[in-house]
Amino acid sequence: MACAPGPDPLGDSRGDERPKWDNKLQYVLSCVGFAVGLGNIWRFPYLCQSHGGGAFLIPYLIALAFEGIPLFHMELAIGQRLRQGSVGVWTAISPYLGGVGLGSLTLSFLISLYYNTVLSWVLWYLLNSFQQPLPWGSCPLDVNQTGFVKECEGSSTVSYFWYRQTLNITADINYSGSVQWWLLVCLAACWAVIYLCVIRGIESTGKAIYFTALFPYLVLTIFLVRGLTLPGAAEGLTFLFTPNIQTLRSPRVWLDAATQIFFSLSLASGGHIAFASYNPSRNDCEKDAVIVALINSMTSLYASTVVFSVLGFKAASDYGRCLDRNILSLTNEFDFPDQSISRENYAAILTHLNATQTETVVGLHLESCCLQDFLDKSASGTGLAFIVFTEAILHMPGAPVWAVLFFITLFTLGLSSMFGNMEGIITPLLDMEVLPRWVPKEAMTGAVCLVCFLSSTCFTLQSGNYWLEIFDNYTASLNLIIFAFMEVVGVIYVYGTEKFCDDIAWMTGRRPGFYWRMTWKVVSPLLLLTVLTAYMVVMIPTTMSYRAWDPQYKQFPLRQEKPYPGWVQAVCVLLSLLPALWVPTVALAQWLSQRRRKQESVQQDTRLKLQDSVAC
Amino acid sequence: MLWLLFFLVTAIHAELCQPDAKNAFKVRLSIKTALGDKAYTWDANEEYLFKAMIAFSMRKVPNRGTTDISHVLVCNVTQRVSFWFVVTDPSKNYTLPADEIQLAVRMNRNRINNAFSLNDQTLEFLKIPSTLAPPTDPSVPIWIIIFGVIFSIVIVAITLLVLSGIWQRRRKNKGPPEVDDAEDKCENTITIENGISSDSLDMKGWHVNDTFVTEDERLTPL
Repeated sequence: MACAPGPDPLGDSRGDERPKWDNKLQYVLSCVGFAVGLGNIWRFPYLCQSHGGGAFLIPYLIALAFEGIPLFHMELAIGQRLRQGSVGVWTAISPYLGGVGLGSLTLSFLISLYYNTVLSWVLWYLLNSFQQPLPWGSCPLDVNQTGFVKECEGSSTVSYFWYRQTLNITADINYSGSVQWWLLVCLAACWAVIYLCVIRGIESTGKAIYFTALFPYLVLTIFLVRGLTLPGAAEGLTFLFTPNIQTLRSPRVWLDAATQIFFSLSLASGGHIAFASYNPSRNDCEKDAVIVALINSMTSLYASTVVFSVLGFKAASDYGRCLDRNILSLTNEFDFPDQSISRENYAAILTHLNATQTETVVGLHLESCCLQDFLDKSASGTGLAFIVFTEAILHMPGAPVWAVLFFITLFTLGLSSMFGNMEGIITPLLDMEVLPRWVPKEAMTGAVCLVCFLSSTCFTLQSGNYWLEIFDNYTASLNLIIFAFMEVVGVIYVYGTEKFCDDIAWMTGRRPGFYWRMTWKVVSPLLLLTVLTAYMVVMIPTTMSYRAWDPQYKQFPLRQEKPYPGWVQAVCVLLSLLPALWVPTVALAQWLSQRRRKQESVQQDTRLKLQDSVAC
Repeated sequence: MLWLLFFLVTAIHAELCQPDAKNAFKVRLSIKTALGDKAYTWDANEEYLFKAMIAFSMRKVPNRGTTDISHVLVCNVTQRVSFWFVVTDPSKNYTLPADEIQLAVRMNRNRINNAFSLNDQTLEFLKIPSTLAPPTDPSVPIWIIIFGVIFSIVIVAITLLVLSGIWQRRRKNKGPPEVDDAEDKCENTITIENGISSDSLDMKGWHVNDTFVTEDERLTPL
């Protein structure tokens, strides 16, 4: 090693070839942007409300303290120390653990496929928000122009716009239908935007992240101010935060809290390791980990406040309109003067009428209006964003403005998470030197984006949404927990706790304390094992089924529960296991090649001994 | 005087206008909903205007050009405000067919609405469906326009970045060649230990992972 130690500048200049962050802020914003994603807006509020409101924060914070932050710190530390992407890091710790890196790479690839498809839907809605009135506010006319399309009248304008005019969904997953050109075009645009941002790796994402990571906070604040001033916001917030300690008795709540913190921080997918690998070696990764994790959790809470104040407004206005419909029925039937029944005296008048003219009132088939029922209709995932929220926005004054702001926020949130996913793919590929050195980085990233785009066109088919739900439910869940478990075990027991603590002491200037060592050695592995077993116990018995949108269904607009056909179930199982299979495969390959090398060197030994003896 | 005549006519022809009578239509107005504070009360004068509008609409139907206000009968006015009306022929013996009245009202719905400052929802003719407004589709959907703008900006930006990258690389290649040679020599002599290139591990305080000293070193050939 003639050159490396001698003049440090040469050693440094070789290290300089690895790109680095322009400043610390870029790095922190990238980590925050990767961690804060669509799940903070549409998964956490739903979980929080359905699992006992304020009481959910207890298991959530426990999971954060004993699982989220320690694992996060560990990922940042090893990435920063070994200065490689996920594949390089795990191969460096132990060649037998190289499979963890490859599995993370595969997982990042699969996740980016469906994540960007969701972004393309957000883009489609964003493009359609620049008009007044909003297109999801009214049903289109039918062929004769005498009435509205039946499917739309049977469900609702927003559902129709989502299921028919956006997805054009088939009634069954077996019928794939054709590629929807508008979705394909939006998907191409999304991948073009991703390519534009990751074209030079962190050089380009580092510039883009200033906007994509900070803009959502600005818009969330605007929405918060607007949301809190809407009527009904208070009911929504009370509904969200009212604690119900009884729910904590159900193990499902703890499992959901643990998995939520896990997926929310985007652990074990290789993205954070990639980001940290571009850091200077002497950087306080412990402080970074705690800061980013706390920002992520606070953003979740902030977003929940916004979401539920708007949902409270929606519930209140739905309730008001339900009352108005009943009032109109009564007014028309009994010929009361127009506007004589107000929402306040409706109940009194109804009881009076029920007593005096029971038959007529019963014949009217009045809806039962209950505010709690409307509040209970909260949703999560795409249902929240594209159905519930869009309907809420329709009733806000100045609807197109709010729609544009909302979808730009979702787009930038998803974009910054995509940067992390893409770096989880690109950095290991660059480190493994898959392509020869003379191929420019722009071509490499372009090839990756192109392959991802072509692979994700399957989600633009008419049955694409069903496939996306499959990917969402089965790819990430089990694999990420397995990888996280292997990560902790790999670093603590294979690499060695003491060596790891020495490394951190060198990087940050202080040794990790008792809390860190205890969580790394005992608590986190145990928690992960528990989550893993609980997950398998919960997932395996459940029948694999999906909910199909079928206008011919008797109980339309309810979605029909259908079981997955056999071949689809096989795909689900494959998706759940394939990335994790890298671990035993690589370990086996490594063991076989070691054995072969040992055999060859033994053979060489015996041959040399024979030569010596012959010579003597 | 007019009031007397009005009551006289309704008294004589009361049986022609009844709720659910043949060729009768129910009308429902929601004035307060439409106008709020500026709502007017429904009185006999408004009724007279209504009859005039119906007579006017009927006069536009072929063969009914002689319809007069006195041919329009209104009955069962409630507080809602709702009432029934029929249109009789000049002899006032029978009512005109519902189809003609429906046609007349539909053709002039807008004028009738405007006369009362109401719209299709607040001035309802039950059993006469209103023609829905045709969709105002612009020739090019708006989303395509915005998409075109965004996409072209992105493509232009990508092209610029790629071109600038090529240009930078060409400049670096033409640039100082000596430094490159020295670096190349160093790269060749930097050994690879344990499959990890040593440059990735900082020398100051780096701990060798002894477990993975390769077994080759233990089995050194003689």
